[in-house]
Amino acid sequence: MLEIKNLHANINGKEILKGLDLVVRPGEVHAIMGPNGAGKSTLASVLSGNQAYEVTKGEITFYEKDLLEMSPENRSREGIFLSFQYPVEIPGVSMVNFMRTAINEHRKYKNMEALSATDFLRTMREKKELVEMDNKLANRSVNEGFSGGEKKRNEIFQMAMLDPRLSILDETDSGLDIDALRIVANGVNKLKRADNASIVITHYQRLLDYIVPDFVHVLYNGRIVKTGGKELALELEEKGYDWIKKEVDGE
Amino acid sequence: MEKQYIDLYKQQQESIKKHSSAVLNSSRDASFALFENLGFPTTALENYKYSDLKEALSIDYGLNINRIPIPVNPYEVFTCDVPGIHSYLYFVVNDAFYPVKDARNKDLPEGVIIGSLNEVAKTHPELIQEYYGKLSTTKNDGLIAFNGAFAQDGFFMYVPKNVVLEKPIQLINIMRSDVDFMANSHNLIILEEGAKAQLLVCDHTMDDVRFLSNRVTEVFVAKNATYEHYKLENSHSKTTNLSTLLIDQQTSSNVLANVITLHNGVTRNMIEIDLNGEHCETLLCGMVIADKKQQVDNFTSIIHSKPNCNSKELFKYVLDDVAKGGFTGRLMVAKDAQKTAAQQSNRNILLSKTAKMRTKPQLEIYADDVKCSHGATIGQLDETAKFYMQSRGISESEARLLLMFAFTNDVIEHIQIDALKDRIKLLVEKRLRGELSKCEGCVICQ
Ligand SMILES: Nc1ncnc2c1ncn2[C@@H]1O[C@H](COP(=O)(O)OP(=O)(O)OP(=O)(O)O)[C@@H](O)[C@H]1O
Ligand SMILES: [Mg+2]
Repeated sequence: MLEIKNLHANINGKEILKGLDLVVRPGEVHAIMGPNGAGKSTLASVLSGNQAYEVTKGEITFYEKDLLEMSPENRSREGIFLSFQYPVEIPGVSMVNFMRTAINEHRKYKNMEALSATDFLRTMREKKELVEMDNKLANRSVNEGFSGGEKKRNEIFQMAMLDPRLSILDETDSGLDIDALRIVANGVNKLKRADNASIVITHYQRLLDYIVPDFVHVLYNGRIVKTGGKELALELEEKGYDWIKKEVDGE
Repeated sequence: MEKQYIDLYKQQQESIKKHSSAVLNSSRDASFALFENLGFPTTALENYKYSDLKEALSIDYGLNINRIPIPVNPYEVFTCDVPGIHSYLYFVVNDAFYPVKDARNKDLPEGVIIGSLNEVAKTHPELIQEYYGKLSTTKNDGLIAFNGAFAQDGFFMYVPKNVVLEKPIQLINIMRSDVDFMANSHNLIILEEGAKAQLLVCDHTMDDVRFLSNRVTEVFVAKNATYEHYKLENSHSKTTNLSTLLIDQQTSSNVLANVITLHNGVTRNMIEIDLNGEHCETLLCGMVIADKKQQVDNFTSIIHSKPNCNSKELFKYVLDDVAKGGFTGRLMVAKDAQKTAAQQSNRNILLSKTAKMRTKPQLEIYADDVKCSHGATIGQLDETAKFYMQSRGISESEARLLLMFAFTNDVIEHIQIDALKDRIKLLVEKRLRGELSKCEGCVICQ
C-alpha cells in the first residue's frame, strides 16, 4: 500500500531524511526505532503532509497514488492516520464537534451521506469504550488540559473513529502508565485487520510485547540502516545503538 | 464640517424645540453651546485616535427636524424572529419611536413604561426630568453634545421597584431613507431598586444610501437591580454608527453588556460604566468580525468609584482584508475604591497582512488594595492546530472556520438568553463562512 523511494526531506534548509526507502503491505506492522533526532518524527510529518517539511527528492505512493501531491486532509481521507508525538490542544473546539466534522468530511469524500446524530453518538460511545476513554474528556475541548497520557489515548480514540488503512503511531507509548499502555496497545490490536497496516515509532521494546511487529527498522541519520524481525528490537534494547552507528559510520 | 450644523441649529432651533418636549429642550441650548465649542471629534483627540470620522462627517445628510412620519410599518416588513426568543418587540425608525402595534407587548407587568422618550417626557415629565441627560451632559464630547442639541426622541423604558421582566425587550433600530440621512436618537433606560430587565438592541439599515446614526443611551441601574444589554449590529457598509452607552450602577447591582458587530461600515461604540455603589458586578464584552473596509472602534471605560466591586472585560476581534479595529480599555479605580477586582482582556486575530488592529489598555489606579489585570494579544490563526485538524481530514477552510468560531465562542457564551445565543452562534458561523449573516426571514436588512 505504501512505497517510499529514496526520500529526501529538509526542514529550514537542513536535510533530515537522506534517502529513505520503505515498503508497507496490508496486514503488516512495522516498528521504527532509532536514536533521538534520527528523523523518525520527520518521516511521520512528511507522510501526513506537514508543509513545514520540504521534500527535495524521492517519491511516496499510497495505493498507487502520488501521496506528495495530496493535501493533508486528502491523505487523511485516503486512509492515512498519524498519532502525533505531541498532540495539539485546540481550546474552544469541542471533541464532539471536531470528530463529527472529521468523520463527515471523510464520508463526503467517499460520496457517503453525513452520519446521523444518533449513529455518530453511538460510534463515539463504542470507540470510547475501546480505549476506555473517560466520558468527561470527550465533552471537553480537543486535548485542552489533557494529561500527557490522556492525549495519547485520545489519539488512538480518533484513530478508532476514522478507521485508517495506514496508521502511524509516533511514540504513542511515551507518557503512558503501564495500564494505559496495555489499554492503548489492545485498542490498536483490536483495530488491526488484514487490510490495514501500522507503522509504530517507539524507543521501547515494551510496546512491541503488545503490538507485535512483522518488521523492525532502525532509522539513523535520515535513512533506514537496518531491518530485521521482532528479535532486532530485543537486541537493540540490550545493546543500544552504538554498534549500528559504528557499522554505518564505518562504511 | 461643523459649520453647516451650527448654522442649521441656529436657523432651526425653534422647529427642533417645537417638535420636542420641554424636558428634552431644557438642556438643548447648553449642549449646542458645548458642541459649538468642541466641534466634531478628530483623530487628533486621544479618545478618537482609532476612529477616523472625517469622511463620514463630510456627507451632506438630511435630518428630520420637523418629524415628518417615515412611510414604513416595521411591524409589517420586519419579521426578524429570533426563534423562541419570545420578546417584547419595539422599533425606532431613524430616530423616532414607532407607535406600538404588537399584541405581544400587551402583557407587560404593571408599572412598566416603554415607549417614545418624547411622548413620555410629556406624560411623565418629572420622571424624565430626574434622569434625562444626567450622564450625558457631563461629558466633554463633541458627538454627545451634538446628540444633546439635535435629539428629539428615542426609546424609553422604566422598570419599577422589584419588577422582573421575564421576557427580554427587543429594540430594533431601522435606518430608512431615500436620501443620505442622519439620526440622533436618545434612549433612556431606568431600572428601579431590585428590578430586572434584558434589552436586545439590533441595528439594521434598509436603503442603499449613506446613514449616520449618532445615538446616546443612558442607563440607570439602581440598588440590587440587574440589567443585561445586548447590542447586535448588522448594518450595511455605507453606515456610520456612532453609539454612546452610558451606564450608572448603584450598590449591589449587576450589569452585563455585550456588544457584537457582525457587519457595518464605520462604527464607534463608546461605552462607559460607572460603578457608583459597593458590591457591583459588571461584565462588559464584545466581538467584532470585520472584513473589506469595515472599521470598528470600541472605546470602553469602566470607572470604579466605590470599594468592593468586580468588573470583567473581554473583547475579541477577527479582522480580514483591510478592515480596521480599535480597542481602548480604560479602567479607573478611584482612591477609596479599595478591594476592587478588575480584569480586562482584548484578543485579536488578523487574517490578512493588511488588516489593522490597534489596542490600548489605559489603567488609572489610585487605590492600593486592588486586583487588576489586563492583557492584549494580536495574532494569527494557530497553524499547528489547523494542521492537526487537516490531518484528521478536515479541509483547510473548515479548520479555519472552527478555529475562528472557537476564538469568538467565549464572548457568545456570555449571552444569557439561550435563544439569542443560538441565533448569534448561527449568525457568526454564517458570517465567518462569508455568507450574508442577516437573520432568516428578515426582509429589510441588506
Ligand atoms: N523546525 C526545525 N528546525 C530545524 N531543525 C529541526 C526542526 N524540527 C526538527 N529539526 C531537527 O530534525 C532532526 C530530526 O528530528 P525528528 O523529530 O524527526 O527526530 P526523531 O527521530 O523523531 O527524534 P525523537 O526520538 O527525539 O523523537 C533533529 O535533529 C531536529 O533537531
Ligand atoms: Mg520524534
